[in-house]
Amino acid sequence: MHVPDGFLDAPTSVATGVVAAAGVGLALRKARAELDDRTAPMAGLVATFVFATQMLNFPVGLGTSGHLLGGALAAVLVGPWTGILSVSVVLLVQALLLADGGITALGTNITLMSLVGLVVGWLVFRGLQRVLPKRVGLVPVLAAAGAFVSVPAAALAFTGLYAVGGTAPIPLDTLAAAMLGWHTLIGVGEAVITGLVVGSVVAVRPDLVYGARPALAVRTLEIRSDAGASA
Amino acid sequence: MSRPVRTRTFLVVGLAVAMFLAGVVSYYASSHPDGLEHVAEQVGFADTAEKSATADGPLADYRVKGVEDDRAAGGLAGVIGAAAVLALSLGLVHLVRRRGSRTGEPSAGPTPDPATVPDDGRATDPEGSRHADAERGPLDGRH
Repeated sequence: MHVPDGFLDAPTSVATGVVAAAGVGLALRKARAELDDRTAPMAGLVATFVFATQMLNFPVGLGTSGHLLGGALAAVLVGPWTGILSVSVVLLVQALLLADGGITALGTNITLMSLVGLVVGWLVFRGLQRVLPKRVGLVPVLAAAGAFVSVPAAALAFTGLYAVGGTAPIPLDTLAAAMLGWHTLIGVGEAVITGLVVGSVVAVRPDLVYGARPALAVRTLEIRSDAGASA
Repeated sequence: MSRPVRTRTFLVVGLAVAMFLAGVVSYYASSHPDGLEHVAEQVGFADTAEKSATADGPLADYRVKGVEDDRAAGGLAGVIGAAAVLALSLGLVHLVRRRGSRTGEPSAGPTPDPATVPDDGRATDPEGSRHADAERGPLDGRH
């Protein structure tokens, strides 16, 4: 869902640029608390993995494709604030190096994918984790649920921005319906990929998954002497 | 699996997988328009899209300029882009942690980003520079 230059007018692009800068600025402060010797290299790996996976467009029917946005995935793996930094770096490199997503639209793309998508995905994940049993095996499922919701949420946010500063006179209900419809389908792909990736990491090294920490904390309280690495 | 996989092993394998996806598997990705592009065409505002200022860059549209072979041009762009993302994100995280432990004092080059990336295109760094100020200013402010 990389927005090109020209879709949104200048004031809206400036406004999303300010929002993006504020969000990334806040993340730069808050990420400090999430980062330790284990999560720091993970942040690099996650950013690289999200970049690579975003290249893999999967078909979602009738001449359309989608790709991973990666917000929920990054947040669950390295924490929401570090995740914002990782996904923002991906979007920055894509815009500057690969001409994927506009330059004046960079703030918009960071706002949509790195802030809205990621934060919504994380909140869904965390919310479910609060009410459900703290089991490590559930972490990939909850991550998938967050991922599923994150894509239509970002699509809806785009529609909102277009309502404010779209450059073409488009019936907004049509736009909203089309955006939501397609991105709900893409959300299914997002959920599958996120669930598989988080599941793989949880299976091998659950301690490297930021979102699994509450569940791991519970597990270590159970009677278990074997280091708890066999999920 | 009696013993956990070592962190270094995990990171190396993860990175290898990412590079394989960007460099090889990406060739087989769907080339259909993505959700937003499709909606823009369907609803009728696709023609308002403007060419990006970086559209003539050496890696624009995930193709290395001057490389004829589709598979090589795309795969190489993917690997270079992924390496740039890795270097930038590690550099950024390093800075965030360093600033946390002691204030100020940027010292040595934090991000080896230019090493992996051919010349211009990524020179301006609006988000990073705005927050990490001194140590990562816009290198040449090209637009």
